[in-house]
Amino acid sequence: MSDMRTPLSRVRGLGSAKKGTEHFFMQRVTALANIPLTLFLVGALVVHAGSDYATMTAFLGNPFIGLIMLLLIVSAVYHMRLGLQVVIEDYVHGEATKLLALIANQFFAFTIGVACVLAVLKLVIG
Amino acid sequence: MTDQTTRARPLSPHIQIYRWTLTMMLSILHRATGVALYAGTVLLAWWLLAAATGPESYAQVQAVSAAWYGRLVLFGYSWALFHHMFGGLRHFIWDTGRGFDLKHVEIIARVTSILPLLLTAGVWVAAYAYMGAF
Repeated sequence: MSDMRTPLSRVRGLGSAKKGTEHFFMQRVTALANIPLTLFLVGALVVHAGSDYATMTAFLGNPFIGLIMLLLIVSAVYHMRLGLQVVIEDYVHGEATKLLALIANQFFAFTIGVACVLAVLKLVIG
Repeated sequence: MTDQTTRARPLSPHIQIYRWTLTMMLSILHRATGVALYAGTVLLAWWLLAAATGPESYAQVQAVSAAWYGRLVLFGYSWALFHHMFGGLRHFIWDTGRGFDLKHVEIIARVTSILPLLLTAGVWVAAYAYMGAF
């Protein structure tokens, strides 16, 4: 209760985290990348709407398609991890719950990302 | 100490106090579709893992995506994707410092709510055409 300093003065002199604009910037960079990448995926899914297993796996097994899929996965997962982080920071106020939610966000994003990458690699490399 | 001073401050009125506007709804929808797409990546991972696993696993994905509830989810998924994409494009315009006056905000809001609906409809007509529905 004795601390009458403003929040700004309390952090002054502690040094910056050097991450000021990284979150904002990467949110935009991945958003930009997501546009052509997701449009490609939607287009591919539409064209293959009636395809059977063999046709679909042959398509996904093409290295160029695999490359686009990997770029999409990395960009989309990065983007959604940043996005949900902001949602959590906005709505979860308890320190412990917020920390747990932020960690859960990291775990979820990494798990989805690694799972998708593993699947694409198997489809391409066999 | 920090908590007490924070709690003593007056809060701005919550959303139910205000008259609903399109721009406000779009702001909320942008976040909601973002969260929905986040959850939806489970389906993307399921689809890819099933394709990588084998024909039996893939048949399960096909069965669910062909069922009415699967179609409903995929329809919502595609709309959420387009809506979030156009919401993002709106933010790109604002990032350049343009489009903040009320007239343009309203125009952009209308365009970015209608185009995703048209694109979603178009994508599904095309998908059904590729499935041989017409």
